[in-house]
Amino acid sequence: MFREKTRTKLTPYLFLIVPLIIYLIWVIGPMFYTFYLSLTNWDGVSAPERIGWLNYQRLFKDPVFYTSLKNNLKWVLSFITIPVVAGLALAMALNRAIPLEKFFKASFYSPLVLSLVVCGLMWSWAYHPAHGLINSALRLMGLDALAQGWLSDKDLVMWSVIVVGIWRQVGYVMVLYLAGLQSVDPGLVDASKVDGCTGWQTFRHVIFPLLAPVTVIVVVISIIDSLRAFDLVSVMTRGGPFNSSSVLANFMYIEAFNNYKMGYGASISVVLFLISLVFIFIYLWRVLRTELEY
Amino acid sequence: MTARKFFSSPWRTFGFLLLTAATLLWLVPFIQAILTSVRTNQDLIARGFFSLPNEISLDSFQVAWELGGLSRYLPNSFIITLPSLILTLFFSSLSAYALARFRFRGNRLIFFLYVGGMMLPFQVLMLPVFRLTDALGLYDTYWGLIAFHTAFQLGFCTFLLRNYMRTVPGEILESARIDGCSEFRIWWQIMMPLTLPAIAALATLEFTWIFNDYLWAIVLLRSDALKPVTAGLAALQGQYVMDWTVITAGALLATIPTVIVFIFLQRYFIEGLTLGATKG
Repeated sequence: MFREKTRTKLTPYLFLIVPLIIYLIWVIGPMFYTFYLSLTNWDGVSAPERIGWLNYQRLFKDPVFYTSLKNNLKWVLSFITIPVVAGLALAMALNRAIPLEKFFKASFYSPLVLSLVVCGLMWSWAYHPAHGLINSALRLMGLDALAQGWLSDKDLVMWSVIVVGIWRQVGYVMVLYLAGLQSVDPGLVDASKVDGCTGWQTFRHVIFPLLAPVTVIVVVISIIDSLRAFDLVSVMTRGGPFNSSSVLANFMYIEAFNNYKMGYGASISVVLFLISLVFIFIYLWRVLRTELEY
Repeated sequence: MTARKFFSSPWRTFGFLLLTAATLLWLVPFIQAILTSVRTNQDLIARGFFSLPNEISLDSFQVAWELGGLSRYLPNSFIITLPSLILTLFFSSLSAYALARFRFRGNRLIFFLYVGGMMLPFQVLMLPVFRLTDALGLYDTYWGLIAFHTAFQLGFCTFLLRNYMRTVPGEILESARIDGCSEFRIWWQIMMPLTLPAIAALATLEFTWIFNDYLWAIVLLRSDALKPVTAGLAALQGQYVMDWTVITAGALLATIPTVIVFIFLQRYFIEGLTLGATKG
């Protein structure tokens, strides 16, 4: 009897033990180890030596750090506005029977299945100063003055890369809102129409508030995605020209793997982690709240 | 609503045209890549993007495939993706079952470790994982990359499967338990078949994610012979800087597997995306 009880008590741990050990070794452990590495002068070859807070002191004096931070902020602000509004608008437009509905939806989320590397390459070619699609089209329309080096102008380059991110993100947001709209009670929408609401009023006062949980998730995911931005920058500009399109993820990679300043790189990733942590907690808190409703 | 009735309203017709224009604009990057890849570089540069090509040629695809190395990179992507996918689904279905179906100390804490981990910025794991693969002798091998993908994707997969498994009615499992079924048999013969829809959605999504990974491929691999197609394309870009017909042809070839998945398993792909975000 006693053995039977211990056995059932042990069962969940038997299921968990292997995956959990793998997860702790490859994900949770490394997360903490980064903090340690950020306090060392590790170069990737010799053993790391502790140097206190020196990496952080240098980081906070590094102009590239501030450029990257500012660029990350541009990503975040762009990602929580344009794709959210556009994705919601598309979801509203496509959440009904219209001709070619499936084709429209598929077109908007098709960029999601492409790797960011492919997206970056296709757009780099579109941005090509001499032969690319965009400048060719502008010249064809006689707008030669607008044709420019989209990826070589230091004031423009970050936005040119962000456009590609937005191009990919809109379909994702649309999918999430379309799923959210499935749970909106059509009775409420009909009721508001009977009460004389215009289409916009119904949207503003009935549908949008009901979509609030989706909006929170969309915004949190968008922020986390924009803090992770790496592939596009790496493929399209490598942070250039003159670091003007550097983001924290890319800055960290270059310091660690191109300049072999791995301790310094670790301190950059710690800062990135601390910024993300706020949003990870918001997400966890929402998961917890749905948990308690069970 | 029939098409005729739909277009009877001028507003709806206007909206439809607007939507069509936006959609076409969205597809322009694909269209320009296809148009570029089928012409020759000299022709493109001499006569400009908006010109009728002298000849349609598939040479660029051949160059990208043979000289550009896609014939190596693309199989590598499968060698890395498929084991990672199978392992992560297997392990996460184990841990999801424990978290969904048992009350025990630490259940919620472990669940939050998984959920929190899936949101981490990759950079925070990069250097320690690099060092770990080095220490284990897995640096610059397929297995290092497979191990990391398996482990990292556990977070999202466990989260999603655990939520799905909680919706399975308890009576089915209980009656099997009374019949003397062992817990592992219940997991494998009852829970897993019932979870299949979620696993299908998850597998589709995870396939594209792992297949499209670039960062970990460049961190954990150095040899060109082992590179998956994402890292390979980035190398191709360096090699054929001036020849965009080859680069776009390579990029198009690289997308074929995920596009096939998308066309045939679109429903699962979309389900996976929404399951992940709305059940949370």
